[in-house]
Amino acid sequence: MPVKVMIPSPLRSYAGKRDSAEFNVRTVGEALGRLTTEFADLRKHLFTEDGKLRSFVNVYVNDEDIRYLAKENTPTKDGDTISIIPSIAGGVEGYNRHCERGEEPLFGFLDAAAS
Amino acid sequence: MADEPTIWISGRLVEKIRAHGAETYPHECCGALLGRDSGVVAGSDPNKDALNAEREILELLPLVNRRDDSPHNRFSVTADDVRAAEKAAREHGLDVVGWYHSHPDHPARPSQYDRDHAWPWYSYIIVSVQKGAPQDMTSWRLTDNREGFSPEGIEIRHRAAV
Ligand SMILES: [Zn+2]
Repeated sequence: MPVKVMIPSPLRSYAGKRDSAEFNVRTVGEALGRLTTEFADLRKHLFTEDGKLRSFVNVYVNDEDIRYLAKENTPTKDGDTISIIPSIAGGVEGYNRHCERGEEPLFGFLDAAAS
Repeated sequence: MADEPTIWISGRLVEKIRAHGAETYPHECCGALLGRDSGVVAGSDPNKDALNAEREILELLPLVNRRDDSPHNRFSVTADDVRAAEKAAREHGLDVVGWYHSHPDHPARPSQYDRDHAWPWYSYIIVSVQKGAPQDMTSWRLTDNREGFSPEGIEIRHRAAV
């Protein structure tokens, strides 16, 4: 049973619209290498020009962040699921006020918006 | 308008984004855009250009700004919160199709920092908040080569509740 790589929605249009791909590999790095070989247009969205994973690309093996494992050398075994999860960042440069954590509850408007 | 992608959104949600920006001023607000994109609907034509897919924003998920210790005014959404947003979206039969944030006392144009951290495909809505009052609202998509953003049209759709 190979390793399954889950492809996040922003990247699916570069992966033939697939939401996952399977590879026979032994490490996370190998899986990402195979993925970006098969779907070359994915590469620049996952890796910097010098081949490092971009800071906002998070990779998990069965819910464990590879930053706390062996990063791209993290070994995989048959049946593992590798997930690529975005983190999102933005903002204005040259702007020195600090942004405090807000008081509003997470997802606070959703139920009101849905009604 | 033929080539420019367009997102559809209700006037009610536009007002909510503007109100969120005013509420968190002088800090940035941020949140997820939940909706549907015809390009990711199961069974849709796989040859259809993703940029020409129809995209509609149907709910918002306002988020707490989890800024790190950067001296600049920035926003970030952790992978855990992205996952939580995706889960909430799925529970409503929707997808996370983009993100919104405010630019306090700055124009509604993506910054270099926005571009360096952007994902393709997502819609990035920016609302400018000047002296506490929401002003222009724009929407953008990262280009395939990551070199810039293309503007998207924002169409206000009046529709019955989903
Ligand atoms: Zn921004």
